[in-house]
Amino acid sequence: MEDFKVINNYLMIRLPDEIDHHKSVDISSKADRYIMSGRVENVVFDFERTSFMDSSGIGIILGRYKKVSCFGGKVYAVNADSRIRRILLMSGLENMVEIMDAKKAYGEVEK
Amino acid sequence: MIEVAEKREIGTITNEVRVEFGAVSENESFARMAVAAFITPLNPTLEELADVKTAVSEAVTNAIIHGYENRGDRNDKILMDCVLRGDVLEIEISDRGVGIEDVSAAMQPLYTSKPELERSGMGFAFMEAFTDNLEVRSEPGCGTNVRMCKKIGMSPWIGSEE
Ligand SMILES: Nc1ncnc2c1ncn2[C@@H]1O[C@H](COP(=O)(O)OP(=O)(O)OP(=O)(O)O)[C@@H](O)[C@H]1O
Ligand SMILES: [Mg+2]
Repeated sequence: MEDFKVINNYLMIRLPDEIDHHKSVDISSKADRYIMSGRVENVVFDFERTSFMDSSGIGIILGRYKKVSCFGGKVYAVNADSRIRRILLMSGLENMVEIMDAKKAYGEVEK
Repeated sequence: MIEVAEKREIGTITNEVRVEFGAVSENESFARMAVAAFITPLNPTLEELADVKTAVSEAVTNAIIHGYENRGDRNDKILMDCVLRGDVLEIEISDRGVGIEDVSAAMQPLYTSKPELERSGMGFAFMEAFTDNLEVRSEPGCGTNVRMCKKIGMSPWIGSEE
């Protein structure tokens, strides 16, 4: 299962082992509840536990990016392995999502 | 003397499975696992396994979301045929859904007919990138057939048998 946590104005989403269409609908709608609550400005996707992602994952990230970026928010990806990075880059997400070292990202969030 | 450990006639089918399943999203992971299990005897690398799982996931998801318009009705069927010819895997995924009007337009990266469902238009691009060959045949009103081929595993070392 994925889990959600708000630290300062960052929504941290720990993604599940496999991200596909079946899982994505739920993740997006839960994330949007936090975003709509107005408590979060930025979103951090944590891929630590993720071993599989298809284009549905791109949809989750792009969809959240569209929602937070119009209020100046940012989207980060942490703990993405080489395959997930490749999928993000192939989809042209490098200008929307900052791929970050987990330590650096969590340091930033907890400031 | 050097001997080739295994010699197979190219094109001979060495194994095959056919699975039919309902077009519901739960079956996306089932389809990935079924194909992964099918190719396990070929000793695929982790990368090859991930490539095949991604390609299958994309084709099956498309059949569910686009072919059968996300109805989630298990009476809508998806057919998955897997064939091995030596170390070459062929996968065919077919639906009897709405079909595609213009296949080459649909295959363009970033093209999607369902942006409201947060689709990104990368499915065909991933199928193409992660397999050796991709063929899409479709007839509006009849359905869609996606055929992919991929060579699995490294060729065996000559004379490396214990
Ligand atoms: N089995 C199918 N039946 C009907 N239409 C299809 C089928 N597969 C693909 N299409 C059409 O081709 C388009 C492109 O497919 P593709 O998988 O590349 O992108 P997508 O599914 O829209 O987005 P993504 O795969 O990134 O979530 C789809 O938007 C749809 O219009
Ligand atoms: Mg798709």
